[in-house]
Amino acid sequence: MQARVQIKDRVRQMGPGLAVIIMGLALALLSRDFLTVSNLLNLLRQVSINAIIACGMTLVILTGGIDLSVGSVLALSSAVLAGLASGGTPWPLALLAALALGAALGLFNGVVITRGRIAPFVATLATMAIARGLTLVYTGGRPITGLPGALRWPGTGYLGPVPAPIIIMVAVFALVYLMLAHTPVGRFIYAVGSNEEAARFAGIPAARVTALTYVLTGLASALAGVILTGRLNSAQPTAGAAFELDAIAAVVLGGTSLAGGQGGVLGTAVGALIIGILDNGLNLLGVSSFYQQVAQGAVILLAVLMDRRR
Amino acid sequence: MNRIVRFLVALLTVAALAACSSGGSSKTPSPGPSTGTGSEPAPTTQVKTLGLAVSTLNNPFFVDLRDGALAAADAAGVKLIVMDAQDDPAKQISQIEDLITQKVDALLINPTDSDAIVTAVESANKAGIPVITVDRGANGGEVAAHVASDNVLGGRMAGELIVELIGGQGKVAELEGIPGASAARDRGQGFHEAVDGVSGIEVVARQPADFDRAKGLTVMENILQANPDIVAVFAHNDEMALGALEAIEAAGKAGQIKVVGFDATDDAVKAVQEGRMAATVAQKPKDIGRLGVEAAVKLLNGGQVEAYIPVPLELVKK
Repeated sequence: MQARVQIKDRVRQMGPGLAVIIMGLALALLSRDFLTVSNLLNLLRQVSINAIIACGMTLVILTGGIDLSVGSVLALSSAVLAGLASGGTPWPLALLAALALGAALGLFNGVVITRGRIAPFVATLATMAIARGLTLVYTGGRPITGLPGALRWPGTGYLGPVPAPIIIMVAVFALVYLMLAHTPVGRFIYAVGSNEEAARFAGIPAARVTALTYVLTGLASALAGVILTGRLNSAQPTAGAAFELDAIAAVVLGGTSLAGGQGGVLGTAVGALIIGILDNGLNLLGVSSFYQQVAQGAVILLAVLMDRRR
Repeated sequence: MNRIVRFLVALLTVAALAACSSGGSSKTPSPGPSTGTGSEPAPTTQVKTLGLAVSTLNNPFFVDLRDGALAAADAAGVKLIVMDAQDDPAKQISQIEDLITQKVDALLINPTDSDAIVTAVESANKAGIPVITVDRGANGGEVAAHVASDNVLGGRMAGELIVELIGGQGKVAELEGIPGASAARDRGQGFHEAVDGVSGIEVVARQPADFDRAKGLTVMENILQANPDIVAVFAHNDEMALGALEAIEAAGKAGQIKVVGFDATDDAVKAVQEGRMAATVAQKPKDIGRLGVEAAVKLLNGGQVEAYIPVPLELVKK
C-alpha cells in the first residue's frame, strides 16, 4: 500500500516535467522551427515575465495565500519607472523607485492580511483595483514613452548570446530556490503553510513570514514590470491585465498546492515553461488564437484537477 | 534534491533534442505535415509566407481587415499566417517573434500600441523581414509602408455631419477610444476641428469607452444621467456607438439623440439602415487588409511601394 502511494506520488511529481518533454517532442515533430536555439531562447524570453511573477507567487501560495494584485503592481511599477526616467530622473534612481514601490505594495498586502486579518483573496483583490486605478491616474490613461536606452536593456538586451530577461529570470529563481532550501526563512514559509497555528506555537513569527512573502512577490512583480517596460519600450496603463491568472496557473501546474505547505519554485519554472511552450508551439503551428484560448483554459483546468487529486 | 535532478534531466533532454534537430534538419526531410513548405528551399517555386499580427479579433473591424488580407493572399497565391494579440502589447511582441522564428517573408503588423510595437519591428528589421503596418503605425524601427485611412479626416466628416444634423445647436457627447491609441487621438482631433468652432455646440461629455461595446453602454448610461438633454453622440468606433445606442434606447430616448459611429461594421450599417443610428464613417477595413497584402507581395517581387498608402473613407448614411 505504502509502495503504491509512493509510486503514485512519484508519477504526480514527475508529471509537469514529463509534460514539458512530451510537448517538446510533439512540437519538434510538427514544426521544424521549434527546436532551434533561436526559438528556445525566444521561448525562454517570452516565459521570463510570467515566470518571475510566478516565482514570487509561489512563496505566497506556499503560505496558503494568494496574490491577485501582481498584474496591477507590475503596471504601476512600470508606469512609475517610465514616468520618472522619461521625466529626467537618472535611470538607476527610477529603477530603485519602481522596485521599492513594488515591495511597498507587497508590504501593504502583507500588513492588511496579517494585521487586518483579511482573507488574502479579498485584500489583494482590493490592492489590484487600487494599483490599477493609481496607474491610470499616474499615466492619464496614456502610454508613457521616451525611455532612456539603459532601461530598454532588461527587456531587449543581451549578455553574450543570451537575452537579458532570461538571465534575470534565472537569477531570481536561483535566489528564491536557495532561500527556500537553505535558510530558516524558507523553512518557516513551509511551516506556516502546512499549519500556521503549529508554526506559531513553535515560535515562528508567522505573521512576519507571511508578510515577507507578499513583499517579495511585490518586488518580483515590479522586476517583471521593469523587463516588460524595456520590452514594450514604454509603460502601458493596461499592462499586466490578467497576469495573475497565468502566474497562478504556472504555480499550480508546477505542483505547488493551493492549500499551502507543499511545492517549490523549480516546479513553478516547469509550470511557466509549459504555458510558454503552449503559446509558442501553437503559434508556430498556426493554430487560431481562438482555439489557443480553449487550449490554455484546458491546461489550467488540468492543473487545478491535479491539485485536487493530491 | 530529487526535483533539481529531474528538472535538469528535463532541460538536458530538451537541449539534446534541440541539438539533434538543428544538426539533423538540414539533411532529414521535415516530417511535419502542417507547416512544411518543403524541407529544401526550392528557389523560385516556393510559396511565400506572410505573417499578419492583428491587435484583436474580438472586434468586427479587425475581423474584416483579416478577411480582406486573407482574400488578397489567396488571390496572390501566398500563404498568410494570422495572429491575434487580444489587445495585449506583450503578447503581440511574442507572437511577432514567433512569426520571425517561422521565417515569414514579410510581416503585416496592426500594432496594439504604436510605441510598444517598436521592439518587435526592430526584431523583424534585424531578421531582414520587411514590415508593413496596417491601420495603426509604429513609432520606431524601419517600416516599408503604412496602410491606413485618414482618421483625422474621418473624425472631421463625422463632426461636420453632426453639426448639420442638429442645425449647429445643442449639447454633444464624445465616446473616446482606448486612450493613447492613435485612432482615438486622430478621430477625436478631426471631430473637434469640426465642432469646436461652432458657437451653438457644446461638447459636454468626453469619456473613454475603449472601443468596447459593453463599456460604450455603461459610459453612455452615466453620461445620460448627468446630461439628459444631449442631442448627438460621436463614438470613435461603431462598437461603442452601438453600446451607446442600447443605453439611449433603454432610457427611452430612441430617435432623439443622433449617434454617429466609425468603421461601418455590419451591425452599424444595419442600425443606420433601420434609422436607429444616424451615420457611420466607413473605413473599409477589408481594403486596408487587401492593400497591405498587395503591398507586401509587390515588395517581395522586388517592386517599390509608397511609404503611406491611404485608404479612402466614406460616410454611410440612410
